[in-house]
Amino acid sequence: MTPPDTVKQSRQMQDDGPAAPPLPQAAAETLPGGTSARISLFRDNPLVRWLMDNPIWGFVLIVFVFFSFASEHFFEFSNVQNILVQTSTIGLIALGMTLVMINGNIDLSVGATLALAAAFAVDVQSWAVFASWGNWQILPAVCLALLVGIALGALNGFIVWKTGVDAFIVTLGAMLGIRGLVFVYTGEQSFYAMNFAYSDFSVVSVGPLPVLALIFLLCTLAVHLLLSRTVHGRNTYAVGGNREAAVNAGIRVGPHMMINFMIIGFFAALSGVLLSTQMGAATPNLGRDYELWVITAVVLGGTKLTGGKGDIIGTFGGVLAIGILRNGMNLMQVPAFYVYVILGGILIAVLFLDKRFNRTANGGLRL
Amino acid sequence: MTDALQRETTAPALRLAGIVKTFPGVRALDGVDFEVMPGEVHALLGENGAGKSTLMKVLAGMYQPDEGRIVIGGREVRMTTPLEAKEQGVVLIHQELSLVPEMTAAENIYLGELPRKSFGRVDWRTLHARSDAILERLRCKFRSEAVVAQLSIANQQMVEIARALTVDARVVVFDEPTASLTDAEKVVLFDIINDLKAQGVGIVYISHRMDEIFTLSDRITVLRDGQYRGTLETALTNEDEVTRLMIGRSLDLSRDTTPVKVGETVLAVRNLTCEPHFEDVSFSVRAGEVVGFYGLVGAGRTAIAEALFGLRDCASGTILIDGKEVSIGSPERAIGMGISLVPENRKEQGLVLQMSCRDNMTLPQVQDLTAGPFVSSGAEIAIFDQYRDRLAIKTPSWRQPAGVLSGGNQQKIVIGKWLSMQPRVLIVDEPTRGIDVGSKSEIHTLLRELAAQGYAVIVISSEMPEILRVSDRIVAMYHGRITREFTAAEVTEDSLVQAISGVAATAEA
Repeated sequence: MTPPDTVKQSRQMQDDGPAAPPLPQAAAETLPGGTSARISLFRDNPLVRWLMDNPIWGFVLIVFVFFSFASEHFFEFSNVQNILVQTSTIGLIALGMTLVMINGNIDLSVGATLALAAAFAVDVQSWAVFASWGNWQILPAVCLALLVGIALGALNGFIVWKTGVDAFIVTLGAMLGIRGLVFVYTGEQSFYAMNFAYSDFSVVSVGPLPVLALIFLLCTLAVHLLLSRTVHGRNTYAVGGNREAAVNAGIRVGPHMMINFMIIGFFAALSGVLLSTQMGAATPNLGRDYELWVITAVVLGGTKLTGGKGDIIGTFGGVLAIGILRNGMNLMQVPAFYVYVILGGILIAVLFLDKRFNRTANGGLRL
Repeated sequence: MTDALQRETTAPALRLAGIVKTFPGVRALDGVDFEVMPGEVHALLGENGAGKSTLMKVLAGMYQPDEGRIVIGGREVRMTTPLEAKEQGVVLIHQELSLVPEMTAAENIYLGELPRKSFGRVDWRTLHARSDAILERLRCKFRSEAVVAQLSIANQQMVEIARALTVDARVVVFDEPTASLTDAEKVVLFDIINDLKAQGVGIVYISHRMDEIFTLSDRITVLRDGQYRGTLETALTNEDEVTRLMIGRSLDLSRDTTPVKVGETVLAVRNLTCEPHFEDVSFSVRAGEVVGFYGLVGAGRTAIAEALFGLRDCASGTILIDGKEVSIGSPERAIGMGISLVPENRKEQGLVLQMSCRDNMTLPQVQDLTAGPFVSSGAEIAIFDQYRDRLAIKTPSWRQPAGVLSGGNQQKIVIGKWLSMQPRVLIVDEPTRGIDVGSKSEIHTLLRELAAQGYAVIVISSEMPEILRVSDRIVAMYHGRITREFTAAEVTEDSLVQAISGVAATAEA
């Protein structure tokens, strides 16, 4: 009787003779049992792949079609314009939030920054020094408001950089503190824009596009190019993906993160200015909960809270998804509170699907 | 032969037969057979990607095989979770420690199955009594009340092993258990493995280190490309045969002896001190030579590399490049001076795993590859292609995320990243950690070639064969001090071991 080892030895000899067949890349397709082959063919379709990487756009498509049938006014050009204008506020901040979150940080202070910038924009126009400037008095007011946003962002970034305290904590503190400053500055009162040119701005159109929508779309394009094509964008992914490797590649991580906080501060302030032109006023409670809407949009768009992954195309999808849902349900006269319930559910559902796709695709473990 | 006869009469503790496991696009295991006898150490060998980890995950119930049978103690079983596998007596000791650092050793040992009293309260007394008994069996010197975070890495590993022994283990799988252990700690581990063996437990031992495998194992099974390549009696084989099975060809392990033209001193370090990591360190590196730093883990070798790369500030001492004193201060400036560092741990310190191979390779110089405001994709691809060919990096496309490549190819990406910057000094910390033998030899050859091309190369390694193979000069370190410097001609294994274990140092004092 042959001991088991010798049997194996001889088997090994046989195996070593002819070269083992190489593992074909698409081995799954040649396997018996056609389902896996079909699934893999399905997955090789570039459009399917793209939708699996960006599940939010599939969702945008579905809700768009749904509301087009469900509501007679939804599928009208004026309504599409509406959606873009309505979403421009959270959309602009979401652009900055995408950068900050890919960096592995977060900024909770955007709502408060928005309110402070709006208060400045409306109040400064009525300062006595600018009384004789006519419509030009708007210019220093808006510039100052934007500078306030950038400065607050720089402060957040500087603290994160120098203290090493988690951005969540730093900006949570900033959110409370800045909101307090808003109340101090406004004395709990709303400011009203006395110059009507200011509030008229929000109804201006450039060609077929309302100016607010145009600003949003241009900023989206600009940040998309910044993130996908520039050195700063590349470093944003590197710092969020592996901070240590980024340091070892000579990237100055602290100043880099500070720039992204300044960018989001700018967008929060810009958003505040545009919102106050729509209302012709700045209220101390402006922008409450905006940080949550913005983070929802960015996360829906596939950006990871842990950093290193995400893009503007996804964020744009996330912003549109929220905009379409709010607008469509409003047109169908669904009470506003249900919108919150449904959005909350969708947020979890989309992330669940994302996790499923990514897990099965990587042959990942059940952890 | 008596062993073989005995094995025939007893049933295997574990038998895997014809295991097939496929993932989308890849057949990870293709009809693999594997068995472990009670009281046997069975080594499992294969290059990275050969399917060892997948096979062990099948064994531990983390993956379900598509085909094939798992027989434990004569009964065919199906296991769908790691807990079920453990109930069957199969336990896996992971390569990476998976402990909860804030908890005590006892809580970690019984994690998920703490003994209970009424109302679900934890039975602390039983917990500690049982844990202490297990730790004693492992001859550990710490108590089960110790908090894991405060234990040394070796003791943490003991806790991980203790975890395996809460059940009556039939089969214990060790996956690269010595990766983070010092030589002394290894000896303790091997004792424990031999104890378990004597108690009739079947051991599966996975490692890249041939010396360990030949010291410990009774039999060796080799996998290649997911396929079973054969099982050998350790006593009747040698490293060469095993290597051939593993990579399908023989390895040239000899040292490249072609004389190299050694040039001017590029980097000189004088009396550099950085407490508590190293003190009064002086050495120099010339263009065209490889200087190896050898010593135990924690001897201060990596800290010197970090200081040279601007990651650490030094209290005193000078660093000279081309004879001029420099102050480094940050990695950015180090890179500017032509110093580059391939770090010890490529996944955590060297690569952004989600980013593409190309983006990883051009990361430190991307600011110089712009066309107008944008990064020039063409320039990046040109660099990537050049170094992919030069270093023989195997990847289907530059778009591939770096995280999916094998260890050897990942390391080549990190090396390529720095070569493309045309550095003067290349510091490579543990060039082949966790890399399979085939790629290992390629990287050794590469390091020799780089020196021949005029780079000043510093290699830090904990593996003596590696240091001996690549270095022109060897700097031995012990407790933060340089104890001796050898030339390749004069060095012997004995003198090197003495130099790094403090023997020479105490003799002098």
